[in-house]
Amino acid sequence: MSDDGADAADETDETDAAPPTDRHYAEWLDALADGDGFALVCPEGHGSLPPRRVCPECGAADLSREPLDETGTVATYSVVHVPSPRFADDAPYATAVADFGPTRLTGIVRDGGADDEAPEVEIGDTIAVDVGERATDGERLVVFRPAGGR
Amino acid sequence: MTEVRVAGVGLTPFGRHPERTGRDLFGEAALRAFEDAAVDRADVEELNYGNFMGALAEHQGHQAPLMAEAAGVRCPATRYESACASAGVAVREAVRTVAAGDADVVLAGGMERMTNLPTDEVTEGLAIAADDLYEVRAGVTFPGAYALMANAYFDAYGGSREDLAHIASKNHENALPNEYAQYRREVSVAEAMDAPPVAEPLHLYDACPITDGASALVLVSEEYAAEHDLDASVAVTGTGQGTDRMALGDREHLARTPAADDAADAAYADAGVEAADVDVAEVHDCFTIAEVLALESLGLFEPGEGISAAREGLTTADGDLPVNLSGGLKAKGHPVGATGGSQIAELTRLLRGDHPNSEHVPEAEVGVAHNAGGTVASAVVHVLEVAG
Ligand SMILES: [Zn+2]
Repeated sequence: MSDDGADAADETDETDAAPPTDRHYAEWLDALADGDGFALVCPEGHGSLPPRRVCPECGAADLSREPLDETGTVATYSVVHVPSPRFADDAPYATAVADFGPTRLTGIVRDGGADDEAPEVEIGDTIAVDVGERATDGERLVVFRPAGGR
Repeated sequence: MTEVRVAGVGLTPFGRHPERTGRDLFGEAALRAFEDAAVDRADVEELNYGNFMGALAEHQGHQAPLMAEAAGVRCPATRYESACASAGVAVREAVRTVAAGDADVVLAGGMERMTNLPTDEVTEGLAIAADDLYEVRAGVTFPGAYALMANAYFDAYGGSREDLAHIASKNHENALPNEYAQYRREVSVAEAMDAPPVAEPLHLYDACPITDGASALVLVSEEYAAEHDLDASVAVTGTGQGTDRMALGDREHLARTPAADDAADAAYADAGVEAADVDVAEVHDCFTIAEVLALESLGLFEPGEGISAAREGLTTADGDLPVNLSGGLKAKGHPVGATGGSQIAELTRLLRGDHPNSEHVPEAEVGVAHNAGGTVASAVVHVLEVAG
């Protein structure tokens, strides 16, 4: 991995910049929104998400950007009725953890169109990952959409 | 290594005390602990204090020196933060300090004030025990995270909401005689089933309440207890701690808690006991599913079998292995940073025979306490034994 992680701490002109972790998250969301979603994968094949300097599983420092699988599988989910304030206008919504190859993502499951619908979801469902917005304040977040089959 | 004895325990009533400050609460718990211990405050060599969200709730960081003042002790004082396991780690470090011979008397415990904040701010505050970047921003609340584990558990092993309702009902019943418990009120299985959803499959009675309270323990060396002729019949014989990946989604198991497995293995090895030796347990049931995961990590039930333990009467007050005779976090309440200390206080009372529920475990020799942080990214386990 060449362009991620190590340079963040060196920034000096960051009065208006988001904290380093936020910046890497924003970059990752940008990539995801552009259809270039990726994970950081170590030589052992462990997948993780930025920011990382080493693989959290084995400590390997040579991480490469690998494209995320086109679709993932729901590992677990919950329909949240009592949200935190930042999700006040989003509830009820379905949060899911989904396997994308060696990497797991956590996001909100939504149908294709309206951003305020919590679709039926089951463990084992096939889903695609995208970037959406929180209804409450427009902040971007990871969104899963049904991709057919289970 | 010297044996670590519990010389005294102190609790405040758990519940809603929005008008009381943290120092008032911890001061009361410490006062009770010193009265119970009959130990001179001047002999205290360290204060280990647990607290999670004091900076949010009271705009007060650096709480340990304040709590030393409140307890009337003058000694090195440190705050420990490990989310809901804050007091557990504080007690663990106290146990290690005494066991190593570095101090003869240590005051340990914790405090949390929560009800002075609006509920949505508490929800937000508790959520920061999860991974902000990859969980909280994706809408994971504290109950939501345990709901993710509950559905994963049902998928892996089976079980139902009704099994969970039996756990809630059991713990509420256990709390009835406990003078420190927040909810001394029966909840039937049907009532729990009918409650509104929080994060499916968890409904209102699957969740612990928002609670203010404090706990304090006076831990002493066996030699100090003998020298001062203390009545300290319960020993902390084992301590263990484990850590897991912060985000639920980064863990190998969504329906198991390896951090608690590690903590239990270490605590049992430290004490020289096995799961089969355990007579009574206080476990971290912040949500009903958490009790199931705790029982399985402690080796008291095989994976997949903890879910039905309450329904089958195995973990009820008159069962073979009573669990959460205090009422648990579920009914006794969960002042986050005080909880780990309160579990040891309750177990001590149960083993000494002066807990209102001691009659259910008259022959108990070995107790185990399980305190979890966040979604069990942290776990602390202690073994308590009646000293021989
Ligand atoms: Zn690796």
